[in-house]
Amino acid sequence: MLARQFDALLAAADSDDGIDFDGLRVARDGDGTGDDPADGYTFATPEHEATGLSESELHAHADGSPYVTDWYFWEREVQRHDSPRRAFLRRAEAADDHAVDERYDALADGMVTEWGQLRIEARLADAAGDVGAADGSRRYDVRHVEDADRAIEDLETYDDPLDARELAKHDDDGMYRPLKTGTNMPTGWAFHGLDWRDAVETVETLYPATVANWYREQQGRLDVDHWTDTTDRQTGIYGVVSELPREAVEWVAEAACDDSQCVKRREWQYDEGDDLAADGGTGAFPCREPCSLVIAAGRRWTKLEEEEPREYTFHLTPSEKEQVEGIVDAVADGRVDEIREADVYEDANRYRTRYLRAKLFDDHGNLGGVPTDPEEEHDGHDGAESHDDE
Amino acid sequence: MSQALVIVAHGSHLNPGSSAPTYDHADTIRAAGAFDEVRTGFWKEEPSLREVLRTCEADEVYVVPMFISEGYFTEQVIPRELRLGDWDVADWDSDGLSADVATYTAEDTGQTVHYCGPVGTHESMTDVLVRRAESVTGDPDVGDGFGFAVVGHGTERNENSAKAIEYHAERVRDMDRFDEVQALYMDEEPEVDDVTDYFTVEDVVVVPLFVSDGFHTQEDIPEDMGLTDDYRTGYDVPAAVDGHRIWYAGAVGTESLMADVVLERAADAGADVNAAIESVRETTRVAPGADD
Repeated sequence: MLARQFDALLAAADSDDGIDFDGLRVARDGDGTGDDPADGYTFATPEHEATGLSESELHAHADGSPYVTDWYFWEREVQRHDSPRRAFLRRAEAADDHAVDERYDALADGMVTEWGQLRIEARLADAAGDVGAADGSRRYDVRHVEDADRAIEDLETYDDPLDARELAKHDDDGMYRPLKTGTNMPTGWAFHGLDWRDAVETVETLYPATVANWYREQQGRLDVDHWTDTTDRQTGIYGVVSELPREAVEWVAEAACDDSQCVKRREWQYDEGDDLAADGGTGAFPCREPCSLVIAAGRRWTKLEEEEPREYTFHLTPSEKEQVEGIVDAVADGRVDEIREADVYEDANRYRTRYLRAKLFDDHGNLGGVPTDPEEEHDGHDGAESHDDE
Repeated sequence: MSQALVIVAHGSHLNPGSSAPTYDHADTIRAAGAFDEVRTGFWKEEPSLREVLRTCEADEVYVVPMFISEGYFTEQVIPRELRLGDWDVADWDSDGLSADVATYTAEDTGQTVHYCGPVGTHESMTDVLVRRAESVTGDPDVGDGFGFAVVGHGTERNENSAKAIEYHAERVRDMDRFDEVQALYMDEEPEVDDVTDYFTVEDVVVVPLFVSDGFHTQEDIPEDMGLTDDYRTGYDVPAAVDGHRIWYAGAVGTESLMADVVLERAADAGADVNAAIESVRETTRVAPGADD
């Protein structure tokens, strides 16, 4: 216990309310007015209670008590009752489920929670950040869950939360991540020895607004905007998205919002009382409305769904039919890069696919030589429409 | 009562560099210490405009749009997404260039939101355009013997866009610092393609009034001006074109003094940031002979 911690304890004990926090009770005895110094102090924890203490006796009881440093940490450092960041930090050490002494034992070794693809470890430290000396300070490490067992020396370490912006901008293959909660968080880094402020800031930088939305959900006041709410308010080039048929919205949710694609848990539905059948996922924190990526892709799907189906006739061997299905699966599941060059038993193997193209496509890229538009002799692929990134 | 600054910008699903200037200016302002919190929010990135306010603990929030002109985004998208329920563009009482601030309560968070006009139309933006010329030439006194062109989209999508270009061109002209000053456009006359037709002096600094570098500033404009046949091979600064030397500066929004414009917007809206403005002006200054 540091001198300033005891000073704070004493000041709080002398106040009208005293202290009653996480099992610790400290107050002036008697009528509680503090008018009579002879009243002394009460110091109580779940293990023992002492009354009529002088200031020096109170100090003796308080010194070395985890309850005191725990109180100081939460009530004099973190503060901000009813705030997302406090609730998040309480979650990191399951503070509402475990008594202080149990928690301190666990924190000495480190307590681990997960948040999307993040592994957050909380532990006790002294003011200088050294682990093990308990003045109640916490230190936090944040890294990718897949790096749980890697030695810190093997990871690129950071201590400025703002570095998280650049670090999470690209995935392990160097591709830009347009969705911060996509399941492609890069690996190989660690934020090490963060204080509580920087711990929350780092998490919020990697996964913006997730703490705020999780907290709202905990409070029962998450403001969900369903598909219809969100698409109805769109204007400009996104005004059309509200025209996407309901059954297609199912496919959107299945395609884009699955746990395999995004670590948020989809709480939005087609409309209030009209749930989508697609699985919303099991993420720790909620998704409260279709994100900008879903809306932008939704615009493309809306335009594509305006087309009427046509009947085409192709002749495929059974294996070719299955290969087409296998290629679609491989692309949809992001497995293309994992398929080995010589693994010709994989449908989406490059040589297998090139062979299929050589056999079945005509010079204009038409499958089976069948033009896309029957009016035209050859109507190969002319590439995607230009991007509108508005 | 604590105050937060939120800089809102477009962002991109495709271009990883789009958010960089916004982050840089936010960092400069954060370092100046004028706000309890400095946050960024994006139309296309996260936190989204929809959720950025809830990332601030402050009760009082100054929102500054990193946009070049008043128009669709500043008048419709941003107020809607921030849930400024009583928003009415008339509250800005703007002629297309003069939006300063209007104050609302955010419907979801209850925060007091001072919604500022875009950075691009603030008078101090002229200083940033000139500073950009200093940066690209490495000369803090650049002007004598130089022409200056400010480049914008044009009116095709938004008439206020051209107003902002004209406004700053006029203000640079009034400084009497450069020998010749010209506003140029990508999709209307006078076109940036013909840049050398509009100047008699040999050296011309060309500054696009864009928030961040991207397709237009890195691909279209360099190719249109003839700095290069293929943007992928890059171009020289200065580049020789038709007997002129073109000092192409890239997007003005990447200039570090942009942080000052953001602060000026917040100051005009009532934020107590004067000390920070001094500090930002000082720390972003171009040293003589500095390399960009």
